Amino acid sequence: MATVSMTVNGKAVTADIDPRTLLVQFIRENQLLTGTHVGCDTSQCGACVVHIDGKAVKSCTTLALQCQGASVVTIEGIAAADGTLHPMQEAFREHHGLQCGFCTPGMIMSAIDIVNRKGNSLDEHTIREELEGNICRCTGYHNIVRAVDAGAKAMAGSARPIKHAAE
Amino acid sequence: MSATGIGASVRRKEDHRFITGAGRYTDDINRPGQAHAYFLRSPHAHATIKKIDASKAKAMPGVLAVLTGDDLAADKIGGLICGWMIHNKDGSPMRAGGHPALAQGKVRYVGDHVAVIIADTLAQARDAAEAVTVDYGVLPAVVDTATAMTSKTVVHDVAPNNSVYNWHLGNKDDTEKAFKAAKHVVKMNIVNNRLAPNPMEPRAAIGLYDKAEDHYTLYTTSQNPHVARLVLSAFIGIAPENKLRVVAPDVGGGFGSKIFIYAEETVCVWASKKVGRPVKWNSDRTEAFLSDAHGRDHVTEAQMAIDENGKITGLRVHTIANLGAYLSTFSSSVPTYLYAPLLSGQYNIPAIYAEVDAVYTTTAPVDAYRGAGRPEATFVVERLVEVAARQLGIDPAKFRQMNYITKFPHQTPVIMMYDAGNYNASMKKALEAADYKGFGKRRKEAEKRGKLRGIGFSSYIEACGIAPSAAVGSLGAGVGLWESAEVRVNPIGTVEILTGSHSHGQGHETTFAQLVSDRLGVPLESVSIIHGDTDKVQMGMGTYGSRSGAVGMSAISKALDKVIAKGKKVAAYVLEASEKDIDFKDGKFSVKGTDKTLDFGACALQAYIAHKFNGQDLEPGLKEGAFYDPTNFTFPAGVHIAEVEVDPDTGVTKVVNWTAVDDFGVVINPMIVEGQVHGGIAQGIGQAMLEGVVYDKEGQLVTASYMDYCMPRADDLPSFTVGMTVTACPSNPLGIKGCGEAGAIAAPPALINAITDAVGHEDVAMPATPKVVWRAAQKALKKMAAE
Repeated sequence: MATVSMTVNGKAVTADIDPRTLLVQFIRENQLLTGTHVGCDTSQCGACVVHIDGKAVKSCTTLALQCQGASVVTIEGIAAADGTLHPMQEAFREHHGLQCGFCTPGMIMSAIDIVNRKGNSLDEHTIREELEGNICRCTGYHNIVRAVDAGAKAMAGSARPIKHAAE
Repeated sequence: MSATGIGASVRRKEDHRFITGAGRYTDDINRPGQAHAYFLRSPHAHATIKKIDASKAKAMPGVLAVLTGDDLAADKIGGLICGWMIHNKDGSPMRAGGHPALAQGKVRYVGDHVAVIIADTLAQARDAAEAVTVDYGVLPAVVDTATAMTSKTVVHDVAPNNSVYNWHLGNKDDTEKAFKAAKHVVKMNIVNNRLAPNPMEPRAAIGLYDKAEDHYTLYTTSQNPHVARLVLSAFIGIAPENKLRVVAPDVGGGFGSKIFIYAEETVCVWASKKVGRPVKWNSDRTEAFLSDAHGRDHVTEAQMAIDENGKITGLRVHTIANLGAYLSTFSSSVPTYLYAPLLSGQYNIPAIYAEVDAVYTTTAPVDAYRGAGRPEATFVVERLVEVAARQLGIDPAKFRQMNYITKFPHQTPVIMMYDAGNYNASMKKALEAADYKGFGKRRKEAEKRGKLRGIGFSSYIEACGIAPSAAVGSLGAGVGLWESAEVRVNPIGTVEILTGSHSHGQGHETTFAQLVSDRLGVPLESVSIIHGDTDKVQMGMGTYGSRSGAVGMSAISKALDKVIAKGKKVAAYVLEASEKDIDFKDGKFSVKGTDKTLDFGACALQAYIAHKFNGQDLEPGLKEGAFYDPTNFTFPAGVHIAEVEVDPDTGVTKVVNWTAVDDFGVVINPMIVEGQVHGGIAQGIGQAMLEGVVYDKEGQLVTASYMDYCMPRADDLPSFTVGMTVTACPSNPLGIKGCGEAGAIAAPPALINAITDAVGHEDVAMPATPKVVWRAAQKALKKMAAE
């Protein structure tokens, strides 16, 4: 067993874990935050994307021990404390950017990261290229592209900082 | 139309939990004391099992049990079943080989279930699996669909020549005559590639045995939990139905693959009693590729007869369908009754004959995948039609229009009675939306950039709203295909709808609530949709075959009729009027010709307090149920137009425009329907350009991860132009036809027709990878040079 300490959605956590524990297992099984999903085990589908120190990372191929001292934010940590949705969450709902919902947490976490890196004015080509690491089987991406575009613009106009409340 | 009623693009009620990470999928559920199952799978495509030695594994830390097929047999647990009996041409029944949930003496595909290891943790179960020794007697594999019947290796002893059945439909003599008289005959050899359905949520199960109640619970990723309970109970023999609860919570996509009753779910629920602990299994992606039922996999010879006026006079098809190593739950119906009855397409074809050979191979079972049989039929028809038009030198849109069915109802020679449609309306709208007139100009412009631009059509039809029970019963179905609904009105006028349909992305919590809000005049927020739990919903047939609108909502509609009728009785007492004078509109009961009204909510309260009427004259309460059995299949149809650009030097194909015009009948929520179309097209483009399950000659699955199986990504696809035409469906009370599968059915032939148009050669097999397209382009160049 090994001891790991990190911040998850703004909360300091410490746990004794099997050293082979993946970050996604730590989040789901130890922290009981089940919004982060495992869709493929090989870093292809992106259902497991979380933010580590502000950057989008696939938690299915990250060891929890690698996150010693890091700040991890999951889908559960991006809405405001009063429950107000993050603009990207709201955009996915408004533009029907989800159907079964399984890929959605990873999509939203990746989308926020795209905006953080590429800014608030994104063309369709950029959005599609940047979503390469997130697979959706339901939507054909059509409405996800619209949601990311709208979410990016809304993040610019948002009174709240682009970084999450939890960070 | 109200802001939340039928026809409104209401934002989805279920979304909040999904976008906040609060969705509750099977793997998110954990039960106290839960143990974990790991399946030891066959590394061989075909082998006898001489001996399994699990003694070392059983002694490893945390291991609770290692169970095999012998343990299943000892407990008299039956095999997995196929619920649709197909008869051979000679009237004899299909040859169904045994399908134990854990192998008994033989394994028949890579990934077949040899043993289950149950331990305190998944890691312990995995580690212990490494210590199980299996002595295999390796046998040759049978992989190829086209030659399976001539293989010397037999997969099941009951099926000589690996033949599951040799089935036919249509009129052979009439068809022969049509071909003899034909002016022109188009012949094609067509392969419909094998696909892996790949819902993003892998399958999962938790089996739970309650000793005190002698009762089992199975949490599972199912599209039809009641059918799962029925099969587990009546056929596999886990427990009687009253002692088995099946729960399918949030399910992350299905596309058909979660209809079926699989080995893993069966074993988890059975083993929970044996180990006295809840048993959880969650598939990883490679397991999903290995053991989820695959789709398609047809090899077809097809011919179309055409007369001197360009009228199609006959269609003849011989198809070999690969059903894999075992008959999955509904597999036998897919290349028969879900396939050949759609071979008339949208066309008036007087004579059709189809012969189908279904074969066993040492590959994963093949069953329904989005469209199920209808994409295969549409691909045959729409490729033939396109090629016929090209050979005859007739514009492909015009050739289709010349042959469209225009009078309804229309009886095809292959069972189906099309009830309503206007195919030309969809074609006209699609031609306009795609700017077909401007295509020549776009092609020339592309040429200047060194690109080959092509356009392709698909004028598809499908049969949805599955299905009239008596009709499918006569065709061999083991179940009826009605749907159930219960409407529970609470005393303050809120409403709970219990439905046998199951939502796994379709948005039923929204669309079903829209119907209720529309009919009862209650706010959308006051309506809850309850589904996916056999303890709550009494019985149901589940969601597949685009049936939940046409059949599931029709059941709700029927139950709502009863609620309104009962409400009128209550209102008559309260308003002191005759029942026949009571009207119900916009959420209010009123007395004709007066200003006396009673709100729906107030009526509900009166129904429950029962102060205004004698409980002997009128039963208190407001709760009604209905079973709705459809009168016919429904027939969604439409036109998709694909436009591509091919780089002749590399074969790289870019889909540059996509136009879809569909007739789904009455649409409840256009936003959701368009989303279904988008997703279907994406899967169709995936089949046509990217996806393909590959087994090597030894039966090893080459495409067993997302690094090997090419899933459509955002940058593989264009945005889609989606339009609609509406002819209401006369076969159900709501006029709904269904929309879930259309895109996956329409897209593959549209895209292949566009690519073949671009490169000028018909030899483009699916998936049309750059290599395939480049080769076709080279052949076209050589042909041009030779001419």
